[in-house]
Amino acid sequence: MSEAVLTVEGLGVRIAGRQVLDGVDFAIAPGEFTGLIGSNGAGKTTLFRAILGLQRPTSGRVLLGGRPRSRRGAGIGYVPQKFLLDPDLPLRGRDLVALGFDAGRLGPSTRLRRRRAAVEEALAAVDAEAFADTRVGRLSGGEQQRILIAHALISRPRLLLADEPLANLDLRSAQEVVSLLARVCREQGVAVLISAHEINPLLPVMDRIVYLAHGRAASGTSEEVIRADVLSRLYGHHVDVIDVHGRVLIVAGAGDDADLAGCEETVEHTEVIQ
Amino acid sequence: MSAGLFVFAPGFFDNEAVHVALAVGTAVAIVTAVVGVFTVMRGQSFAGESLGDIGTTGGAAASLLGVGPLAGFVAIDVLAAAAMELVGVQRVRGRDLATGVVLGAAIGLAALFLYLDTTQGSGNGSTVTILFGSIFAISSATIPAVVALAALSVALIAILYRPLLLATVSPEIAAARGIPVRLVGALYLLTLALATALAAITIGTILSTALLIGPAAAALRLTTRPLRAMLVATAIGIAAVWVGVVLAYDSYHWPPQEHGWPVSFFVVALIFLGYLASGLVKWRQEREA
Repeated sequence: MSEAVLTVEGLGVRIAGRQVLDGVDFAIAPGEFTGLIGSNGAGKTTLFRAILGLQRPTSGRVLLGGRPRSRRGAGIGYVPQKFLLDPDLPLRGRDLVALGFDAGRLGPSTRLRRRRAAVEEALAAVDAEAFADTRVGRLSGGEQQRILIAHALISRPRLLLADEPLANLDLRSAQEVVSLLARVCREQGVAVLISAHEINPLLPVMDRIVYLAHGRAASGTSEEVIRADVLSRLYGHHVDVIDVHGRVLIVAGAGDDADLAGCEETVEHTEVIQ
Repeated sequence: MSAGLFVFAPGFFDNEAVHVALAVGTAVAIVTAVVGVFTVMRGQSFAGESLGDIGTTGGAAASLLGVGPLAGFVAIDVLAAAAMELVGVQRVRGRDLATGVVLGAAIGLAALFLYLDTTQGSGNGSTVTILFGSIFAISSATIPAVVALAALSVALIAILYRPLLLATVSPEIAAARGIPVRLVGALYLLTLALATALAAITIGTILSTALLIGPAAAALRLTTRPLRAMLVATAIGIAAVWVGVVLAYDSYHWPPQEHGWPVSFFVVALIFLGYLASGLVKWRQEREA
């Protein structure tokens, strides 16, 4: 594997006395599509914050392109979770994308022509031209995701982080966002790390999976990770992996009175974890 | 009644107080429009209103000390903004609490200073001037300070424009990009303090929010881009101040005779009309769309 875009080594994060992440190890190669899978509270957002430099690790380290980060946010595009925009915000989709080009700079824009070209290119990459002139707050969830992805892509990052981009989307919009991200990954050669609590929508496109449970991680190809023995070790109790017509169900083992309360699943999902 | 039919009452163009009022009003309308668009977008209208009210304390203290009100407004508003920042204006929920706590403390002091002003001061109606303003009472010596503070605020917004806009849309994305969100927010709060102080000398501490929020809120209904909103808000603000000055000057010829009506009344009423009109325009736009 050539020099990894992102290397996470023995990463541990402790927040308010709780070990949110514990010895997380994985690496992402350039242009790879990686799914970060885990239920709510598994530590996905904390892991993203640590990668972005917004959360200081208590142990381990994060390397970007094989080196410690030079400055915050450099080379990473970020699409945050649950992004709610005020419908009256006076900002068109293309304005938000343009902010991705040079929002870090002070004073008036000096590279207007280059910026305009870059905005058009980024909008085209996510098929957002049709609604680029509407106020962002009035766009649908899926359309806002596209604008935010274009915002993140315009600075030509080597790694794109998307935190739960499929949450709150209907099935069709979710599928569209997944295939869009897969296409961006292929066409622009940018490594994509996308977090989700559901594994199935991502199965067809993932090169690699990082499975988080109780702050610990297992990583590899889906065949290497989505196995009863690997996931049982991660969850700390027996789980079964069942294939139902190409869909994966991860089920807490029957008759096993292991510590289910320690799972993050809600009561109605006690049995089927994924 | 001597009231003739005129737009500009006799002597309007030769009156120095009118010249000063127009100059100060124009500078202040520009600053409040530029800063106000961000105030509305950031949902910090309450902070703006509070800084305005808190200005009363500074104005009353300045009057006790015998210095001009502008110095008092600026000093107290910058102090209050710093206090809000320290108490926790950076958290959305903490923001209103911090603002409220600082507001309460300052208004208590204002009560004391205004009391001392009326009982010990010259009793020349400074309380009404502080609270409701009197643009005709501004000394021409104040103009350089007004212009300098106005230029400073607008320059700060121009420098911070892009990071501030992204931090306003999403503090999370801004922080992930390496923008120092808290510092940007604190500098913005400084411009808000300056803008509020300038609005206070124009239309009084109590009414200062009208100039800060009104034109910006109207402009944000009419345009989909922040820079255009600033231009539209500036136009609305300047129009309200100018027409307000003209009407107030005319009002010396209206009943009751020999006393003009307060300028602040006209300015605020015109801003309110502008806001209503913007709603009408938007409603028609959306019906046609």
